[in-house]
Parts: sequence; structure tokens; C-alpha cells
Amino acid sequence: MSGTAAVPALRVQRLHKSFGRTEVLRGIDLTVAEHEVVALIGASGSGKSTLLRCINLLEEIDGGRIFVGSEEITARGADVDRHRQRIGIVFQTFNLFPHMSVLANVTLGPRKVLGLSRGDAERRADELLDRFGLVEKRQDHPDRLSGGQQQRVAIVRALAMRPDLLLLDEITSALDPELVAEVLDVVRELAQGGMTMILATHEMGFARDVADRICFLDEGVILEQGPPDQLLRSPQQERTQRFLQRVIAAGRL
Amino acid sequence: MSGAADAESGKGEAADGPGPDADGHRPGVLIRRPRRGDPVVAVSVAVASTVLFFGAIAWAVVTAPDFPRVQRAFLNGPLFEESLPEVVRAFQTNIKLFLIAEVLVLFFGLVLAVMRSLPGPVFFPLRLLAVAYTDLLRGLPGILVIFLLGFGVPGLNIEGVPNDPFFWAVVALTMIYAAYVSEVYRAGIESVHPSQEAAARSLGLRRSQALRYVILPQAVRRIVPPLLNDFLGLQKDTVLVSFIGVVEIFRASQIKQAGNFNFTPYLATALVFIVVTVPLARLTDYLVTRSRRGQARGGFR
Ligand SMILES: Nc1ncnc2c1ncn2[C@@H]1O[C@H](COP(=O)(O)OP(=O)(O)OP(=O)(O)O)[C@@H](O)[C@H]1O
Ligand SMILES: [Mg+2]
Repeated sequence: MSGTAAVPALRVQRLHKSFGRTEVLRGIDLTVAEHEVVALIGASGSGKSTLLRCINLLEEIDGGRIFVGSEEITARGADVDRHRQRIGIVFQTFNLFPHMSVLANVTLGPRKVLGLSRGDAERRADELLDRFGLVEKRQDHPDRLSGGQQQRVAIVRALAMRPDLLLLDEITSALDPELVAEVLDVVRELAQGGMTMILATHEMGFARDVADRICFLDEGVILEQGPPDQLLRSPQQERTQRFLQRVIAAGRL
Repeated sequence: MSGAADAESGKGEAADGPGPDADGHRPGVLIRRPRRGDPVVAVSVAVASTVLFFGAIAWAVVTAPDFPRVQRAFLNGPLFEESLPEVVRAFQTNIKLFLIAEVLVLFFGLVLAVMRSLPGPVFFPLRLLAVAYTDLLRGLPGILVIFLLGFGVPGLNIEGVPNDPFFWAVVALTMIYAAYVSEVYRAGIESVHPSQEAAARSLGLRRSQALRYVILPQAVRRIVPPLLNDFLGLQKDTVLVSFIGVVEIFRASQIKQAGNFNFTPYLATALVFIVVTVPLARLTDYLVTRSRRGQARGGFR
């Protein structure tokens, strides 16, 4: 408890979430330190997306608490919109706004939420677009871009809000294999830059490279977690072992 | 080259009926589209068959035993010439009605649609109100609404309430068509994938901002054709308000008809409507086709 450094970027406590009768998250506990990169792995349907959506308050939770920094974002009467500004999310299907240019996509949040002037917002956007090799595309509409470019724009759109925490939900699974690398490079660069991130992924190799810690999500709980090498090489739980064997069999490790 | 080959094999797979026969012919390949003929021949055939078809109908009408009588009652040339400018002048009232009501309908329809899509239990009464309103106004015959408002409300003689029939005509048409148009808006809003709202909200935009900057702009593109359809209806329904005493095109032709014991003025009125509505109907069809093609191309994004 020695000053601000000790306050984690994110704390999730006993998080529960059901859809109708099916309880998808059954008591998730997760703490993420500042500048830490956490990879979420787990079978399809294990609740990775649901967990990320809950953290971004896109789903109403049924129990538990979520803290960002020292603030509880799930507190009764919390200003949901204000908390969302501090948490960026990038989706599997990009979800760019198809009726807007790349620049308008990226500046919408800073202008309408942060209240930046058009000039300031565009300067901020151009800086980011330039950094990720997208600046020539600034006036194009999303349907003129490749999948990889669209996903990089989506990342830039989230970054333009200068979030404290970035959530990435299988951001490469909708991409053609040859486009995956350009997106992963962006994430790698962000990790090196100290961005706090949680990424749900099926790319184990990438998770091992970029993550400080891997969490295995199974039946609505984090069954096992640890540094990548330890968790991927010598998992303790039988279910983790079986999951990883399947992944290896599918050639994804 | 490989594209064509892919398309060919794709077709073979899609027709997953019987496999290739003894000669190795795929059944699907044997079915050929009829060859398209020479365009000149096609146009000539179309013209000839059109002339024949409508000619036959015209001949049947003109040779009908009572045609001369009908001709006198409906097709009086001089009277037509005389009434056309008069009904056109009266039509200005319809245009005014239509334009005012249209703007109001666009506004109130949106208000209703947004009311109906408000989330959470707090807004239940507003949602209920919106649903009840649209059900009621779409369920009642328009002429009844016009009568109830046009005769009923002024009949109450409440201080400060206008009794100008034009005013009540605008109110009635707006109320009726706002109900229809709110459904059009709602369908448009719901046609925008929820992931778009999620993306907008994740940036910290409030719901109203997400609606305004992200959802509505996408919805509006898709609702232009059905909206035009409703406006076509509104345009025609402006004649209904003649029954509460607004002197518009239908009322004007009625007066003219009664003065001459001849129906030709109605024909002039019909002509005026056709000149205005048919191009709008064509435009609507064109937009529908175009937006359907656009959707097929764009797919889900
Ligand atoms: N909106 C919803 N309504 C009902 N059920 C849902 C909804 N969203 C998710 N679910 C269910 O919750 C479970 C977890 O889904 P989730 O998308 O979080 O899994 P995931 O781990 O992200 O899977 P994947 O790897 O396939 O993306 C699934 O069984 C899914 O069917
Ligand atoms: Mg998922």
C-alpha cells in the first residue's frame, strides 16, 4: 500500500453474469496491474467476450464489482459513460462506422465526448494514423480498406480516447491469415509502450510473446493463470492441459 | 481466368441434385438460358404488343353501347379546359397542406420512434404511450380521425382553440402519418446492427449521441424509400380533408361538377394527381431497387 503505484489498473471481484438461465460468468476474480498485458484464453463460448463486455459496461452484470483505478465503475449510480471513456475496446468484427471516413471515425469520440475542437481532434487522429501507417487512408470510408487496415483503424479509434485500459476481443480472428501480422504488430508496439491491455485470443503464440500473464477461462471462472511460459508449458489443471492439447492439435501453438 | 473456373465449379456444387450422368454431363450445365434476341426485335415486339393490348381495351370501351353518354358526362373538352386551371389553383392548398404536414410528420414520427426505443423500466410509461398511439392511429380509418378532430374539437368551443378547418386538417394528417412514419423510423433504427451502438457507446458516447451520430445516419439511408411511399399516401389523402370544409382540389372539382352537372372536373383533378404522384412513385421504386442492390453488395459490416 505504498502510494498510487500499488493501485491496480483493474480489479474484478466475484463477477457474475447470466444470459437468461445460463450463467456464463460464475465469479470471476481478476486483477490487472498498470502496464500489464493479460491474455484471456479458453474454449469458444467460455465467456471471454462476455467478460470484456462486462468490463466495458456494455453488459449489465448480475453480481460482483469492477474497479478501474480506485473507482468502482459498477457502483450504483456510477456515471457509466464517463467510465467507458477510460476503457477502450476493439471488437472482432471491427465495428467501424461505415457512413464515416476514417478520420471521422477516429475523431468522433474525442470531439463529442472529450469536447476537443475539430482541429485538436484531427491532429490527435493524424498522429495516431501516421504512427500506424494509415494516414493516407484518413479520408477513405471503411469499405475501401482491407480487413487489417480496418482493424488498425478500430484500434486507433479506441486509442484516440487515450484510455487507461484497452480491451481487445479476438481482434485477428475475422482477418485473412496474411493480414494478421500487421494487426499483431500494432498490439506488440502498444505493449512495449506500456499500454495496459486485456486481450482475448486464440493465437497462443502471440499470447506467449506479448502477454505478461495468461488466464485460462473455463466454465465461467478463471481456472488457472500464470506467466505464459509456465501456463503454456506446464499447466497444472487437467482441463487446461486438455484445452492446450486441442490447441496444439489444431496447429495454433 | 481462375475466377470464371471458380464460378463454374461453384454452380456445379450449388446444384446438388443428381451427379454427373454417364457421359459426364452435369445436369446443371445442360440447362441453358434462352439466348437474348436482337434488341431491335425485342423493342418492336414490345411496342406492337402494347399497342394491341391497349388498343383492344380502348376499342371495347369506345364501342360500348352507352359510351356516348359516358363521354358526355366525363369527357367534355371545353369544360375540361375551363376546370383545369381552377383545380390547379385549388391544388395549391393541397400542396401547402402536404408540405406542412410532411415536415411535422418527419419530426413527430421520429419523436415517437425514439420514445418507443427508450430502454429501461423508468421509461415504460413513455414506451406504452408510444405503442398505444401508433396502434390506435394506424388502426382507425383516416377519415374518422379527420372528422373527430375537424368537427369534434372545434365543436367543444374551448376558448383559444382554433376552429380553422385548415389547422385541423394539418393536425389530423400529421397525427395519422406520424404513426406510420414512426414505424418506418423504428424499422430503420432496428436494422442497424447492435454492434454499431456498442462501438459508439464504448467510446463514451451517450445513448442520444450514439443515436444521433451513428445509428440514425445509417438508418435514414435505408428508410428513404418506405418514407417516400408514405408521403405518396399523404399526398393523396390530402383530399380527405375536403370533408371538414377545407377548399382544396377535390372540393373545388366537386363544386365545379355540381355547377355543370358534369364529371369532367374530376378528370382534371385525376390528371393533376397523376402528374404529381407518378414521378414520385417511379422515384421510390428506383430508390428501393438501388438500396436493395447496395445491400447485396455491401453485406454486413
Ligand atoms: N447476448 C447474449 N445473449 C445470450 N447468450 C449470450 C449472449 N452473448 C453471449 N452469450 C452466450 O454466452 C456464452 C459465452 O459467450 P462469449 O461470446 O463470451 O464466449 P467467448 O469465450 O467469447 O467465445 P468465442 O471464443 O467463440 O468468441 C456463450 O454460450 C454464448 O452463447
Ligand atoms: Mg468471443
